Order: sequence, then C-alpha cells, then structure tokens
Amino acid sequence: MLQLKKLTKNYKTGDQALKSIDLEVPKGQVLALIGPSGAGKSTLIRCVNRLVEPTSGEAMLDDVDLAKLGSGALRKARREMGMIFQEYALVERLTVMENVLSGRLGYVGFWRSFLRRYPQSDVDEAFRLLDRVGLLHMADKRADELSGGQRQRVGICRALIQNPKLLLVDEPTASLDPKTSRQIMRLITELCRERGLAAIINIHDVALAQMFVPRVVGLRFGEIVFDGPPDGLTPEKLTEIYGEEDWEATIEKIEDDDADIEAAE
Amino acid sequence: MPVREQNGTQIWHRRTGRESLVRWFGWLLGVAVFVYCWQIISASTTWFFVWDAPRIANDIWTRATPPKWEYVTQLGRPIWDTLNIATLGTLIALCLAVPVAFLAARNTTPSGLFIRPIALLIIVSTRSINSLIWALLLIAIIGPGVFAGVVAIAIRSIGFCAKLLYEAIEEIDQSQVEAIAATGASRWQVMAYGIVPQIMPAFAGIAVFRWDINIRESTVLGLVGAGGIGLQLSASLNVLAWPQVSLILLVILLAVVISEWVSAKIRGAII
Repeated sequence: MLQLKKLTKNYKTGDQALKSIDLEVPKGQVLALIGPSGAGKSTLIRCVNRLVEPTSGEAMLDDVDLAKLGSGALRKARREMGMIFQEYALVERLTVMENVLSGRLGYVGFWRSFLRRYPQSDVDEAFRLLDRVGLLHMADKRADELSGGQRQRVGICRALIQNPKLLLVDEPTASLDPKTSRQIMRLITELCRERGLAAIINIHDVALAQMFVPRVVGLRFGEIVFDGPPDGLTPEKLTEIYGEEDWEATIEKIEDDDADIEAAE
Repeated sequence: MPVREQNGTQIWHRRTGRESLVRWFGWLLGVAVFVYCWQIISASTTWFFVWDAPRIANDIWTRATPPKWEYVTQLGRPIWDTLNIATLGTLIALCLAVPVAFLAARNTTPSGLFIRPIALLIIVSTRSINSLIWALLLIAIIGPGVFAGVVAIAIRSIGFCAKLLYEAIEEIDQSQVEAIAATGASRWQVMAYGIVPQIMPAFAGIAVFRWDINIRESTVLGLVGAGGIGLQLSASLNVLAWPQVSLILLVILLAVVISEWVSAKIRGAII
C-alpha cells in the first residue's frame, strides 16, 4: 500500500538524512522503525506526509506519488495518513473534544471548523473514539489538564478520526513511563488490527517494539540495515544498528507481566 | 575560572586577579566621568532659580489648594472623552496590528524577502513617533477634536501591539502547528487551530496593557487640541487657575488608578 522508492533527503546543512530508502508496507501491517538518534527515523515518516520535503525519490500511497503532489492534492492525501507525535502535540489551550475534532479539519470547510460546527457524524465518531480509549469523561477538559498517557490517547483519537489508511507514529512512548508506554503501544496495535490500518512506528525502546509488532526495520545513518521479524534481532544485528554494546539483556525475552498490570488497574 | 593551588588545597576565586583589576578600573573611570559631568551641569545652571524653587513651589501649592471642587461638574464630559479616545484608539490599533504581526512574524509571513520588511517598517515608523506629535499632525489634517485624538492613539499603538504580538507568534510551539497541518488542514485552518489558541493569552495581555498606557497618553492629547481632559488642563494653565489645575490632576490620577486596577484584574483573570 505504501511504497517508498529511492527516497532521499538531504538537509541544507549537507547532512544526508535518508540515503535512497526502499521500503514497502502492505495493507494492515504494523512495523517498528528502530535506530539510534539521528538515524533518520523522524525524517522518514515526515517525508511520507511531507512535513519534511523529500529531496528525491517516490513515496507511493496506493497509486499516488506523495512526493509530487501540489498543495491542494497534498492536503487531500494527508487526510489518509494519521500522525501521532512524541510530545503529543495537542493544542494545549483547546478542549479534548476540539483536539479530537481537529482531525477532521481536512474534511470540513474553514468557517464550519472556525465556528466549531462539525457534522453530527464527526461528533458521534469523536465520542465513540474517546469512549474506546477510555476518556469519554474528559471530553470537556482542556488538553493541558491531562496526564501524559491521557494526552497520547487524545492524540491517537485525533489521528484515527481522520479515518486514515496509514498511521505515522513518531516515538509515541518516549515521554511516558514504562507501564503507560506498554498500554499506549498495545492500544495503537489493537486499534490498527481492529481497523486494518498499516502503521510505521518510530521507537527507541527495542524490547517494547519486539513485544508488539510483527516486523522491525532498523535504520542507521539513513540506510536500512535490518528488515525482518522481531526475533531476528540478534546481538550482532543490534550492534550493526546501534553500535557496540552488550545486547544480551535487552533482547532476553521479557517476562510478559501485562497480566499483573491489568490486574492492578 | 581561576583556581590556585596552595599547600595542596584548591582555592577558587570568582575572577582572576587581572579580571578584578580591569573591573576596578572600570568603576574608577565611571565615577570620574560622573564627577566631571556633574561639574559641567553645575557650571551652566543658574543657581538663583534653583535656590528659589522651594519658595515658588510653595507659592503654587498654596494657590492650588484647596482644589476648586465645584469645577468637577465640568470635567465629567472631558474625562469620558479621554476614556473613549483611549479605548477606541486601542481597538482600532489591535484590528490593524493583528495582520501586521502575522506578516512580520518569521514563521507566518508569506514572504520573508518583501512583505516582512514592509511590516517591520510599519511597526518601527508608527512606534518611533510620539502620540502627541501624531496628534499635532492629524489636527492639521483632519481638524481639532476627539477624532484626531482617537486616530493619533491608534496609529501610535499599532507598532507597539504588532511588535509584541509578532514576538509571541514566533515563540509558539511549532509541533502543535505541525500536528494540525498533518491532518490535511488548510492554511487558514492551521492558523485558527494551531497558532491562534497559542497566542490568545499574549494577545489579551497586550490589549489590556496598551489600553492602560493609552489612558495615560490620551490625558495629555488635549494640550494640542485633540480632545479630552487635556483641553481643560491647558485652558486652566493658560489663565493660571491653579485650583482647577490641581482638581484636573486629581481626576487624571483617579482615572489612571482605576484603569490600572481594571487591567490588573483582567490580566489576572486571563493568566
């Protein structure tokens, strides 16, 4: 469904962030993108929805080359790609409901959105999503009153209300504690499965990635150096991606203590 | 960071010996310049007038007290005009300052090469001329009266409001803007959802602050004939009616105190 062909990004400073990336994501597949800071993970997913302009190459979403769209067509294409951010990127001074509904901005006109007169079907969907992530009672709170985990759930709702084909997820758990991180990762992967969504998840935490996704892509210096199932991540592979370090403890199969977490809730 | 070793212990000073010597000479030079300037000012002062000052001041004080309280009935209308000049001027200035600010902010300007310099020029030129001088110019153009005062205050305030506002726009959290753009929102929607909520507190603060300043500025506009309580003030000064002058000053003081109180309340409510 998403196919990157020879996607390249050179920054003005001369840094080559992406060196001719070829990557294919089939419909409904969730993949984790791992790699050290500065490997180009963020740049990669931002090149897909063109928050960063790729220098050359193609990014095909179904039959559309995203890299060549004009601004009007790009807006239409962006509606198909939901994005979830590291620091949540909610509009702090708007309510949770307004934040969720802002995911529909690509579908409603300026005055309707300005006057907050969204179609009833959008409002219904917003309530449904908030209920799904367990934040229905927070709908009227301002976004800056929420905790980190709650904010990220709102961010997920905002991305999903777009009714996207693809989720671009940039470090969803980097600002969260370990327990909340797992809950958020589980929520994202569950929702993707429910809706048949493909997703690219940038993530630092290798162990967390291994727990939740069927495919891992390793990026180093703007090049793909690993692409395979999570148990293919041997210490040698991790060394290739991140550099020399003792990896045994990281990839040791983590006791799945989710049952305890659920019991504690 | 100068660290000396003495008998095996490390002694730390804030500055090296050389640095503190330089600073000492700096202070010496400053004091010397001050004393020299004092001497020049002293030489060109007619000391008779200075020694005479307390007597004259006392003289004016006795003439000005008690204030002519019954005159207050004639001040209601002028002080109301003054308030209106300040409020209308601030409103007009804000309407004009918002687009200028968006054109001047680096992250929202449509063209950094052509439009931004024009917006910055508007900001600098309106800010650099005092409202009293704007009033003088405008009285010549549109004639004396309240309207000239309103326009003078408005023009003078554009630059001030636009400058503070565009700085606020440049300091917004860009990731919120990115997130809105990523949903497929249009340029105007990005502005309404990603930028405006972030600058609302700054905008409200600037509006109230400028209104507060404008009340003080509009009290003197009457001196040049641009309406408001300054008109009464200059008339009273011209006929040396000191009891009226003192009452007018009291009324101005009261108006300013009230406006300060109101703006503090509003600012507190916003933040």
